[in-house]
Formats: sequence, structure tokens, C-alpha cells
Amino acid sequence: MSDTGIGASVRRKEDFRFLTGQGRYTDDINRPGQLYAFFVRSPHAHAQIKGVNKAAAEAAEGVRAVFTGADMEADNVGSLPCGWVVTDRHGEAHKAPPHFPLARDKARYVGDHVAVVVAESYAAAKAAAELVEVDYGELPAAAETGKARDADAPQVHDDAPGNLCYDWVLGDEAEADAAFANAHHVTKIDLVNNRLIPNAMEPRAAIGDYDAGTDSYTLYSTSQNPHLLKLILCAFVLGLNENKLRVIAPDVGGGFGSKIFCYAEETVCTWASRKVKAPVKWTAERSESFTSDAHGRDHITHAELAMDENGKFLGMKVDTTANMGAYLSSFATSVPTYLYATLLAGQYTTPVIFANVKAVFTNTAPVDAYRGAGRPEATFVVERLVEVAAREMGIDPAEIRRRNFIQPDQFPYQTPVALQYDTGNYGASMDMALEMIDYAGFAGRRSNSEANGKLRGIGFSAYIEACGIAPSAVVGSLGAGVGLWESAQVRFNATGSVSVFTGSHSHGQGHETTFSQLVADTLGIPIENVEIVHGDTGSIPMAMGTYGSRSLAVGGSAIARACDKIIEKSRKIAAHLMEASVEDVEFDNGTFRVAGTDKEKSIAEVAFTAYVPHNYPEGVEPGLDETAFYDPLNFTYPAGVHICEVEIDPTTGVTEIVDWVAVDDFGKVINPMVVEGQVHGGIAQGVGQALLENCVYDGSGQLLTGSYMDYCMPRADDLPSFRVGLTETACTHNPLGVKGCGEAGAIAAPAATINAITNALGILSMDMPASTEKVWRLANTQQMAAE
Amino acid sequence: MPTVSMTVNGRAVTGEVEGRTLLVEFLREQLSLTGTHVGCDTSQCGACVVHVNGESVKSCSMLALQADGAGVTTIEGIAQNGELHPMQEAFREHHGLQCGFCTPGMVMSAIDLLNKNPSPDEGEIREWLEGNICRCTGYHNIVKAIQSAAANMRG
Amino acid sequence: MYNFNHHRPGSVDEAAAALSGADDGKLLAGGMTLIATLKQRLASPSDLVDLGAIADLKGIREDGGAIVIGAMTTHATVAGDASVKAKIPALAALADGIGDAQVRNCGTIGGSIANNDPAADYPAALVGLGATVHTNKREIAADDFFTGMFETALADDEIITAVAFPVPEKAGYQKFANPASRYAIVGVMASSGPAGVRVAVTGAGPCVFRLADAEAALGGGFSADAVTNVGVAADGLNSDLHASAEYRAHLVGVMLRRAVAAAG
Repeated sequence: MSDTGIGASVRRKEDFRFLTGQGRYTDDINRPGQLYAFFVRSPHAHAQIKGVNKAAAEAAEGVRAVFTGADMEADNVGSLPCGWVVTDRHGEAHKAPPHFPLARDKARYVGDHVAVVVAESYAAAKAAAELVEVDYGELPAAAETGKARDADAPQVHDDAPGNLCYDWVLGDEAEADAAFANAHHVTKIDLVNNRLIPNAMEPRAAIGDYDAGTDSYTLYSTSQNPHLLKLILCAFVLGLNENKLRVIAPDVGGGFGSKIFCYAEETVCTWASRKVKAPVKWTAERSESFTSDAHGRDHITHAELAMDENGKFLGMKVDTTANMGAYLSSFATSVPTYLYATLLAGQYTTPVIFANVKAVFTNTAPVDAYRGAGRPEATFVVERLVEVAAREMGIDPAEIRRRNFIQPDQFPYQTPVALQYDTGNYGASMDMALEMIDYAGFAGRRSNSEANGKLRGIGFSAYIEACGIAPSAVVGSLGAGVGLWESAQVRFNATGSVSVFTGSHSHGQGHETTFSQLVADTLGIPIENVEIVHGDTGSIPMAMGTYGSRSLAVGGSAIARACDKIIEKSRKIAAHLMEASVEDVEFDNGTFRVAGTDKEKSIAEVAFTAYVPHNYPEGVEPGLDETAFYDPLNFTYPAGVHICEVEIDPTTGVTEIVDWVAVDDFGKVINPMVVEGQVHGGIAQGVGQALLENCVYDGSGQLLTGSYMDYCMPRADDLPSFRVGLTETACTHNPLGVKGCGEAGAIAAPAATINAITNALGILSMDMPASTEKVWRLANTQQMAAE
Repeated sequence: MPTVSMTVNGRAVTGEVEGRTLLVEFLREQLSLTGTHVGCDTSQCGACVVHVNGESVKSCSMLALQADGAGVTTIEGIAQNGELHPMQEAFREHHGLQCGFCTPGMVMSAIDLLNKNPSPDEGEIREWLEGNICRCTGYHNIVKAIQSAAANMRG
Repeated sequence: MYNFNHHRPGSVDEAAAALSGADDGKLLAGGMTLIATLKQRLASPSDLVDLGAIADLKGIREDGGAIVIGAMTTHATVAGDASVKAKIPALAALADGIGDAQVRNCGTIGGSIANNDPAADYPAALVGLGATVHTNKREIAADDFFTGMFETALADDEIITAVAFPVPEKAGYQKFANPASRYAIVGVMASSGPAGVRVAVTGAGPCVFRLADAEAALGGGFSADAVTNVGVAADGLNSDLHASAEYRAHLVGVMLRRAVAAAG
């Protein structure tokens, strides 16, 4: 292994610019003559828009234009689409009511976009927005997930009766019932997967820039997938030819899913730039992020697990209500179905699983993918069920998991919920995690805590995720409106450097380093000679973008394929130069050699020849620039075991995480330093969900946690250091053997944390977040029961 | 409009501002020093931290006119002659950043910590960072970076 | 933010003149609350009178048996001051726990107490230590200064110049912070000294308040054991997303005992 190649913790290439203040985020960009947009947002969760009087705002100083939904309707601007059609249990497509960028008839959540003011300064736009008079007819709101389907619940959309988006099933209910009928014991739980607000640190921003000379648009946007944004805007919303819109997603300050989607604001900026004949810039204030970024999670679930007398799982039934919010965001419908119920087998051989998911509309912000997207919710169900089952059955929690693990010799393993796992060794991760946490020593540690008046608990989470999203034909058959391949273009420049154009946008993941390692290693060139270009539809082939821990498994595989093409073409040129037959030319670490001779040519020399083809093989095109599109054959299945140890002060209810061990199998690892960083960050978000974070709307649909004063972000002093270990079973179906690591921590952590807290308190269940007051109350109840 | 003068990264600057112009707006919009970021509107995230007269402050919560006559240092001003500041170098070495958005404020805050406490322990570092929110790293490597920078800066 | 005229006077008298000359003037101290309020467009003063350039308002001195802290002294200065640390370590610790490091570098004692946020720390310090507020017009005992939620005894044109803290024999402060905002859900200052035995609670109610039962109990002996059974009723206490009144009432007792124990 070289010190810059695959497997090395190469320090990141992108860091210099970030550390010196030279990153270029969307809000850092200013276009000549640009104007500023400020949105008039609904203060009501549900209201008729009876009229909008723009006159005073239009007359205000510095204001160029005020637009409403009617203006966009007049221009035939379409609805923001949901790109995944879920078919319900009766064979009907999900209900997808229109979602206009500026609301037309009704406002359906607090923060919904009612009008936009475009002015010469941000201050002028914001001031004039206060002058836009909206005549609202307030309506009762359906604000709660659990009450949205009540008979007397207010209707969010006329064409979604009962606020039902879909009623969807996976698995065979009769088989599941039969398995339960034979059970020795059934464990039942009810749980809430609390609603979260993603909170990437960079607020969303956009600049729409129409060029009248070419009748084309450039959109700068904080997007994880500029090509997908371009596709949606052109094909579904603005009705543009795709060659008339260029989307640039420059440096992006974190996404975690929330920047996948096509949002109203960037749509309006693009459209409005043509109306006002000037670039239009919008940058979210954090309070706007709270109300109008797509939120995450928000499930209510009842789940049951049937076991035999040895704790062997016989069957599982899961019933979930998932909140879609007021409108369907770009991929909202897939999250609680194909990214959720398909993961309910977990790491176990549960033979029968039946899931029913009802998605509901409410008068709250749209809900869509947030780090993990369905898989954290699934893991929380499975790992809470298993933990409670262990306690009810009196079986050690590590042991009950072991008894039910899919064994290494059972792969490929077909689960009862559609997925086929290619490889894994769950016992190996469990062994390593138990050793790292010193499981045998836990009883002693618990006694020590008790002596200090503290309650100590330990909690497991043996998670699995489906990443590397995903085989196009498979997702197409399930309702996806797109293919989920990825592209890469590898351009060997004439003088020996390489430019790589990838569709996998990087917004913290370190692609510029990891992909450079991959290319440098594959082509045998210095890493300094590799430049990774991403985030510009003007220079990169059509691409699908970054989400679902797919960048290395899919985007990296595309790069590997493009590198292979480079090598194969170069081999022909090298053979010609060395006067050998192509079959006799070997390639190793950047050099072509003729077997059995001392003839050799470096790949850089070959590249030069490709562009200066004075002495060149017949029938070979000049140039060395190859593009590959990689469509994965299967999902990848990262899996692992996280163990959390907590200490609780029963006097105050304060929970301290005193140790955290994460053992993950991500397949082959390109850059261990980057992988560990992804694990740390994921755990922090998962712990945030378990202990601190909670998006709360009141009964009337007002957002109570609309700033960092009330929405509790994990801070450095809320978290411990983490101990991370890796096991490895290489993915069997992609050229790199990689699985993906971006979401693992967020998937594993909530269950591990709640399992540890409930273990400490001696109870079976509690809802997230485990706030200090909740923990104090539960600790007191337990204490009183004991006395 | 009022005039404000200050020394920013060693350079004397003067500009016309409104009473309400925030220091961060002056830095980003008038001086094009866009390394200082704005991540919230309630003075909690710390992406906007700069030094004013050697003390770390949130430039989103200070008027430009409050800094009249002051010496201001931003993330753009701490590397010397192309050499990263030891804190920047430690963040790079220990992977203390991912998306980079919170990083300028995080680095400026951490430098102020070591100015006041050259040998902080892990708990002191974590407490000091209360005013800086990072969504990417889980803070683990930020803490390691600051510990390492402290050791290097003590020499 | 709505625009305003900015004034930066060099003396308290100039500041008072600027304030009285404005249509709707406001004093700007460290700005840690006011600027956030302005950004949210919740206030629209015509003029801001910035006290940051008035040297007389900054600094800490010992005066007889008291520590006198200038109104524009930052929390960080109080936290790091040698005489505060030596004479009233609980006050230094309290200042060191306000907000975050950057807030402590800007926020001032005068600004904090003039705002009288029900969850701020300093009101507990002033009432719990029996301090006196000095203004450009008079002296006000802490017990009389904090009159209600975000309300004080200050007149519209009155400027705080300093706060004088009598040096106690014993004092301790403990805070249970809101996990999100990090303001006090409950903060308790307990002391014994020239101002008598005092227990002041912040965060729990609409305004800082004294705990007479606890003071009486501690009068018989200043120890955590003396207040083992002292509690506070939940009636009238604050209740929000993060802590119910009942939980706050419980935490008052816990923080009280910890504060007394910390006082040594």
C-alpha cells in the first residue's frame, strides 16, 4: 500500500481552502447586478389565501417586483414533483396533490411560500415583504401524525381523503399470522420515531441567473445533486430544454439528505431571474431553514416479534404511520416504504415479516430523506424489539442477537422483505465490539456507578442498511422515476495530469481526496496530479448525485470503470509504441511493459502520444478521455454493532454517554481517516435524535422548536469520544468491494442509546428524545416502585 | 452614512455602513472576506467567530460600528506566508473538518481557547466549544485537533 | 433589522444626553440580547447609544468590603479577575458559565441585569449576594432592582454604572442549563455574609426570587444537610418544552443543595 493509495489515511485535499476561508459556498457568490429575494411565508398552518395585495410592497424603495402563485401559474410553472410513485395495497398510485412553488389557493404549513419580493438589497426585500398584505382565511390544521387519519381531522388536500397518501404493505400477512400463532412468546412495542430537522450548518441558498443573450439559465444552488435538480426543474416544473439550464452546486456546507430535493426557493429564483432580467439571490435565514427545509423521520409504530422458547425469531409484524407533511417532497414516499420496510429483517433470519405503512398528510413542513432515510427508523424498530425481547425472555442481549444472526455461510441471503444481502459476518463485528467495550467488566462498572449514586446501562444496536442506491431496473419496478446509476469521466490531460468529472457531489464526505486516491492508485500516477471536479452540470456528464451512502459504491465504481477504459485504450497505444502485440503488454503502477523484455512506457507518455499522435496505432482515436456509467447490480449492505454505555444521575435525570464502541463492516476502505470521521458524525446525529433533538409542532401547527434556542443541537460537551473498529467482508458485486459508510452511525445510534438508558433504568421502553425530565421521571417511578 | 475604520488582518480599512450593519456583513460584503460564515440568526452556531482585539466574538452579533478602531482577525488572516497556523494544520492533520462551513469559526474559537488556556483537557475543550456547532464531525476529531495544536504550540 | 442612528459617546453624561435627545433611544451594552432582538425585528429604536467606548464603565475594583464591577465589564473579565476569584469565587464561576465563550467576551453585567431575562444568571448573583446597583442617578438594592419578567426599577433615562457585591463568607452557585439555549432552567445562588443568609433562584420563575424557607433553614447552620427537606412549590413556576414546573421545582431543591455544598 502506498502512502497515498487505497487504504491510506491521506489528509484531505479540500482542507486547505476550507481552513483558510477560501471555500466558495453559494452565499459567497455574487453575480453582477444581482437582486435579492425574500419570501412571504404563511404564519398559519392552514389557511385559504383569499387575496394578496402587493401594491404597498411594489411601491417600496428598492423593490423591483413582487410575485405570487398567480404570476407563476400565468407562466405555466408546474408543480414540484415527487419522483417515486408508491403503489398502495389495492394497486393504486399514491395521492400526489400539487405542490406549487408559490402557493395558489391555500397555505398548508407554517413557512409555506405565499409570495416573493425581489429588491435591490436584502434589507429592502425583507422590509417590503412586511408590506405584502395577504388576506388569510384561517382553517383548522391537521398537525399531528397520530391524529391525521381521525374522522374529524381537517383535510390537508381535497384529493387525499382522510389525509391518506397511501396504505402500503410488504410481506405476507397470513404467513406472518401463522408464525405468530405458533409462538412461545410475542414481544410487542409501541414507539415514536421523533421528527427531526436536518440542520446542515450552511443554510440553503440559490442564485437564479438568466442570460437573455443565449436564452439560458444558470442556477447556483446548495444541492447534493445538481443534475437531478436540473432534470426536475426542466422536465417537470419550468418546462425548459435541459440544455438551457446549467446548475452549479459549489462548495456545499453539509446536506444529510436535506439538500437532495427540489425546493420552492431555487425554483422561484430561477424563474424570477427571467422576469426581472437580473440574477436573483436568496439565502435562508436559519429560522427559514427550520420552517421550510424538508424534515426527517416522524413515524408512529406498533411492532411485534414472535419467538420460540429459545428466543429464535419466528416472525415480525410492523404497523407504521409515517408523516409526509403538507406536500410530497422529491423522494418522500420512498423513505417509509422501500428504504424502511425492506430493512426490517435486520441482521437476523426472521423468516416471515409483514409490514403495513400508512403515509399521511399533515399541516407541517414536508418530510423526506434525512441521514439514513428509513433505515434508522427500521433499525430502531428491530433493535428495540430485539432488546425488549431479550429482557422479556431473560436472554442476554448479545446472545439473543447471536442466536438469530444470518451466518457467514448463508450468503447470499434472501430476506423475506425483498432484499438479497450479498455478504456479511455479523458475529465478527459483535465479537470485536464486545471485546472493545469489555462486556465482561460491565457488571463491575455498574456496581461502581451505583456506589456513586448513578445508574449505569449498556445498550446494543446491530444494524444493517441498504446503501449504494441502487439498481435502476429494481428501483424502477418499485416506482422510482429515475435510474440510480452514476457517471464518471476520466480525462487524461496531454501533459500527464488527470481531471475526473464525477456526479457524486461532495459536501463534507471528502470525495476530492478519496476519489483521488482511487484514481492515483488505479492509474499509477501521483495523487497531486489528480483533480476531482463535481457540482457543475455544465462540465459533468448526466449524473444522479449524492445520497444513500452511494458515492463510493456507485460513483467510485463508475470512476474505476472509466479508469479501466483509459488503461485499455492506453494499452493499445503503448503496444504500438513498443512494437508489441496488445496481449503482451502488461500494466502495473503506471507503467506499460512488454512481458519478458525491458521495454516500458509510462501512462503519462502514452497520454502525451494520444494527444500528439504522430506515431499512432491505426483505428484508434486520438485523445485519452473516457466516460463510464455504472449501474449497480444490487444494493450494498454495510452492517455492524454499536454498543453504548451510559451513566444516569437519577437526581437530575442527566444522562452521560460514558463509552461508545462502533464496529462496522463497510467492505473495503479507501481512506480509514475519512471513514472514521463519517462514523463519528453519524453517531452524533443519532445520539442527537435519542437524547436531544425533537421537532415539535403544537396542536395548531405552529412550530415550537423554530430556532437553536429550542431545537437542541448536539454540542461538543454533549458527546463523548467514540471508539471505532472495522471488520471487513468485501462487497461481492461492485469492482471496489466497497459498501458505503455515510449513514451507519445515524442508523445505529438511536437504538443503542435508548437500549442503554432503558437498561440503566430497568424499564422496557421510552420515547425519544430521552430528555432529562423524562429520564428523571422514569428513574423516580422506578425508585418508588422499588421502595 | 457613518464611516467605520478598523484594522482587518493587519490592513487598515475604512467603509461606509449603516447603523444596523453587522460586523459579519461588513467583512463578507464590503471586504469580500467570505471565509466568515453565517449559520444561524440566534447567535449560537459560531460559524461567524472572528477575533476583535484578540478576543473571539460572534461577528453576527456585533455591529460594524462597535468594532470601530478595533483590530479584527478573520480566518483569512491567520496563515502566515502561505504556512498554515498550527491550529489550521492540526485540523487538517486530524480531520477536524468535513463540509468546512463551521470550520472558520471553530478554528478562530479554538485559537482563543489556547490563548487563554494553553493546556486544556478534553472536558475544557468540549465546554469551550459550546458556542460552536458542527453537524458533520461529531466533534471527536475537532477535540483531537485542538489537543494536538495545544501540544504543538506549547512546543 | 430596522435601521437606527448609532451613537458612541465617551462618557456617561454624553450617553445620557444622547439617550434623552433621541425619539426612541436604547442603550447598547454588549449587545448579546439586544442585537438578536433587533435582528428579529422585534424592536425598532430610532437611536442606539453604544456604551462600549466609555472607559469609566469598565473594570473591577475593591472598595472596602465590596467588589465593585463596572457595568460594561464583560463576563469573561469577571470570570478571570483575580480579586473576584479570590473574594467571591462563586461569582467568578457564575460569570464563567454564562452563555458561551464568545458571549462572555462581549456580554456585560450591566447589559444582563438591565435586560433581566428570567433565565439569566446574573440576577441570581445580585440577589443571592445582596448586591447594590449603581446608576448615574442613585443606588438600588438588588432586592428592589428586579421587578418582573424583563422589568427592572430603572427609569427610561437611567444608566447603570456599576454593581457592588459585598464579599460573603460563603457563597455557591449551581445551574441546570437548558440543553438547547444553555440559559438556566434553574440557577441557585446561596450565600452567607454581611448581607445575611441569602438564597436566590433564577430560571424557575418569571423573575429571580428569594427562597425564604431555605434562608431560614440555612440561618441555623449553612450546610447542605440543613436544606435536605427544603423545597419549592411548582405553582407559578415556568413550564416549557424543556422542563415542567414540577421538574423545575424539584431542580430548585437539587441545585440549592449543590450550591450550598459548593459554597464549602
